[in-house]
Amino acid sequence: MQQIVNFLIRNKTFITFLLLFCISLLLTIKSHSYQQTKFLNSANWVSGGIYSTSNSISDYFHLKKYNKQLVDENLRLRKILMNREIEVSDSILELDSLAHYKLYGTSVIKNSYNKPRNYILINKGSNDSIKEDMGVITSKGIVGIVENTSSNYANVQSVLNSLSGINASIKNSNNFGSLKWDGKDFRTVQLMDILRAAPIKKGDTIITGGMSSIFPKGILIGTIEDFSLDISENYYLIDVKLFNDMTTLDHVYVIKNLNKEEILTLENGTNE
Amino acid sequence: MNKTAFENTMRFIVLVLSQVVVFNNINFLEYINPYIYLLFLVYFPYNKDTRIPFIFFSFLLGLSIDIFSDSGGVHAAATVFAAYFRPLMMRSAFGLSYDYHNIKIENTHLGQRINYLIILILTHHLILFGLEIFSFTHILLILKKALFSAIFTLILCLIFISLFSRRNT
Repeated sequence: MQQIVNFLIRNKTFITFLLLFCISLLLTIKSHSYQQTKFLNSANWVSGGIYSTSNSISDYFHLKKYNKQLVDENLRLRKILMNREIEVSDSILELDSLAHYKLYGTSVIKNSYNKPRNYILINKGSNDSIKEDMGVITSKGIVGIVENTSSNYANVQSVLNSLSGINASIKNSNNFGSLKWDGKDFRTVQLMDILRAAPIKKGDTIITGGMSSIFPKGILIGTIEDFSLDISENYYLIDVKLFNDMTTLDHVYVIKNLNKEEILTLENGTNE
Repeated sequence: MNKTAFENTMRFIVLVLSQVVVFNNINFLEYINPYIYLLFLVYFPYNKDTRIPFIFFSFLLGLSIDIFSDSGGVHAAATVFAAYFRPLMMRSAFGLSYDYHNIKIENTHLGQRINYLIILILTHHLILFGLEIFSFTHILLILKKALFSAIFTLILCLIFISLFSRRNT
């Protein structure tokens, strides 16, 4: 016993080091798995407060660009509204499906895009009825999925995250795949699991698939930049060029699916 | 609270804030960011009795950066590692005959100082990016990121050390 105590005292520095190093490794490994740890994220009042303060200053430098984005969006929405009887399918959303969804406007206060797993912080949280697993989009396309919320802030898993897997499909066809990111270029993401039989060509538009309860069907994602067959030669591996510029996100919309609970209870009921 | 403790606390807060608010957003050539919070490790006084608090504070420093940048525990792991092996790095950079208790980074020779910083920064960055990317297939990416970020960090650290040096001699 004495010897063990002596050993511990002699090597106390090393043991402290080993303990702390193991804790950080544990946290790292946890962050590599699908669910991020609930207490260690930037959606807390300290980091959220600091980021929103610094963001309120840096916002002024981009006002001109944000204004232009808003005018562009208004222009497009007005166009859709005026030509509504003639053509509905060109809109960013199918208008009939909108009744099941509610949108919240918010702004990004911390963005990152050069890591393998990127997270975005937005300045609305559970107080503004933002919950986990809600979709986040901009006027141009998808951004990500809400992963953690605190009372005033929410952490969004960006599409530029090696853990993301958003359901996507090719416009005007029923081929579904899932959207992944290989961590290399923040302008392109990868669409997997599209069957070889699917007719695809460069420049085709990729939209959300509507197979999940997170995003409504038909939200823009990007265009096909390049494609090849994967190792099994049964599926395509498609490089999708994002419509969104992920480096300069500011105003985003959070989508709430009003039927989500119903869908989930139904699914759980079926599985039992 | 004595003067050293106060100085180090202030340095801790200032470095964390400037890292997360300014230096994490530089994105030079799209992915290169300097990690200047390592200056805390450089400035922390060397003392055999305060090694455990030093390692502990380094862990806290890395963890705070991790919380701000949603990166799990990669900064904490890299910083703790660098902190534990700091005496070894000092010995290899400054030689055995040095009086480490009175060592002040701004009073060292430039060559030795650069040596010391290179060892410290490279160790830290290799572990940081190794854990962050965490795959052997991307080993070139890890090395590339670590090297370029290390050069950036080194230059900024040298500038900050000479800017904030107090030459009483």
